[in-house]
Amino acid sequence: MEMSPHQPYITTKLDEFANWARTSAIWPMTMGLACCAIEMMSIVSPRYDTSRFGAEVFRSSPRQSDLMIVSGRVSNKMAPILRQLFDQMPDPKWVISMGACASSGGIFDNYAVLPGVDRILPVDVYVPGCPPSPDAVIFAIMQLRKQIEAGGKAMVLAKNA
Amino acid sequence: MSTLDLSKLESSPDLLISQGDDKDSLVISMGPQHPSTHGVLRVMLKLDGETVITSESEIGYLHTGIEKQAENLFWQQAVTVVDRADYLAPLSNSLCYVLAVEKLLGIDAQIPVRAQVLRVIFTELTRIASHLVQLGTHAMDLGAQSIFMYAFEMREQILRIMEFVTGARMHQSWFRVGGLALDVPVGFIALLDKFIESFPERLSDMRAILEKNVIIMDRLIGVGRISAADAIAWGLTGPNLRGSGVAYDVRKALPNSGYENYDFDICVHDGGDCYSRFVVRLNEMYQAWRIIKQGRDRFPGGPVVIDDPKIVPPAKTVIQHSMEALIHHFKLVSSGFNVPEGRIYQSVESPRGELGMYVVSAGGNKPWRVRWRPPSFYNLQALGALAPGNLIADLVAIIGSLDPVFGEVDR
Repeated sequence: MEMSPHQPYITTKLDEFANWARTSAIWPMTMGLACCAIEMMSIVSPRYDTSRFGAEVFRSSPRQSDLMIVSGRVSNKMAPILRQLFDQMPDPKWVISMGACASSGGIFDNYAVLPGVDRILPVDVYVPGCPPSPDAVIFAIMQLRKQIEAGGKAMVLAKNA
Repeated sequence: MSTLDLSKLESSPDLLISQGDDKDSLVISMGPQHPSTHGVLRVMLKLDGETVITSESEIGYLHTGIEKQAENLFWQQAVTVVDRADYLAPLSNSLCYVLAVEKLLGIDAQIPVRAQVLRVIFTELTRIASHLVQLGTHAMDLGAQSIFMYAFEMREQILRIMEFVTGARMHQSWFRVGGLALDVPVGFIALLDKFIESFPERLSDMRAILEKNVIIMDRLIGVGRISAADAIAWGLTGPNLRGSGVAYDVRKALPNSGYENYDFDICVHDGGDCYSRFVVRLNEMYQAWRIIKQGRDRFPGGPVVIDDPKIVPPAKTVIQHSMEALIHHFKLVSSGFNVPEGRIYQSVESPRGELGMYVVSAGGNKPWRVRWRPPSFYNLQALGALAPGNLIADLVAIIGSLDPVFGEVDR
């Protein structure tokens, strides 16, 4: 972004402008899986309040959301549904793997739990913890904002434009 | 474990919506990703217009294998996985498991009074926190977003106490076989007093907003009605059963941890509908507060674990000086302790109802079987009886009022 000292306008690239706009309007999907979902709900509660960062608008439909927070253990039965929901989200889209279970299966090393959601989804940010505190989730959203502003997957716009 | 084959992941779209067997009905799938199913429930609904004809719940989307996982851990370690089943009330789960193992070991009479009082205080704090989540999400389902904010703010006060004492906000794993993991830190009483002082006022604020609220009353009264006889026949427990007028509470019927010494009422409401269950939960929070207050008043001193080095690891300061303590510690960490052969059913009153565990020991250092009786599982199956005849919008209210937690339903 370049600001001219004598002219009343700024010049920028469309991509950069779009990415700048996106950082402040990340809409997560209302999709709670397990324990982490409760902490995910806490991030919109008054004490944490993600509306400070424009990420409080939880949408119930994948068609309206940009961010999937995989909040909890993903069972083998849930995995295909998760993938379908991800496919239904419009580009550009991001995934936060919240907690030990979503990231690696956590303490559940058994027949029922997917050992890490990155086997079926492209994860952008992993959040450690069991469950991670809401602060950690907000930190993950901040990391994601940095990724988006730096380009990241927002290049999709350039291809479609 | 092998990677999933992505080509097989596309589920058939005709499963989501289709014509029913007769011409006028429509079959739709609600969930498993639906904001009002409180997790990952899928309900197959057969509709006539907007009226539900039949509703069939499909569960298992959060099946975690917790029962099986517990069999592969030492007796003490299994507390961690047990915590994660009913994730809104982790301490109720661990209380139930720990009591069962203590009975198998024959040490249930030796648990120090301080540990018992702290167990009661923290289980009741968990109950309030759990009911607050239910209340907040239930109200949000009905369209009252601000109640969610109030409820979660109140819940944060409890989580702050939990974090201060146990180091964890949600999965504390603080109850151990033989007592507690650690004693409470200095400053706990001041924090608890602050909570005890401020809670009734905030609860009555909440009650003032909700209890006589026209929208809440319109949406809940007469919806999802179940008679006392039906409620018993469906195996409902907890607030769902008490909302139908049956005064059954495990804390009174089969008291543990000294619950018989506390003065509290069983909250009963005889409407049998969603509103009754909602009122019962509001009243129960007040009763839980009364129990916490009594626990605070009697708060005894003394140890928080039993004096048995074969079960409870010795204190770090002792290990540094005593060879015997070091050996005990090493044995406990490397191979746990053995529990004599036997089987036992233990139940506690979790926020959702009668939580039972059938624990079997084959004499080894790991459980042979930990079978659950999750209250949500039994409460949820009544949905098939409650939903028909109601509108599809009321189904959301009914699911919310049953308060299922899927970590527990699916295990």
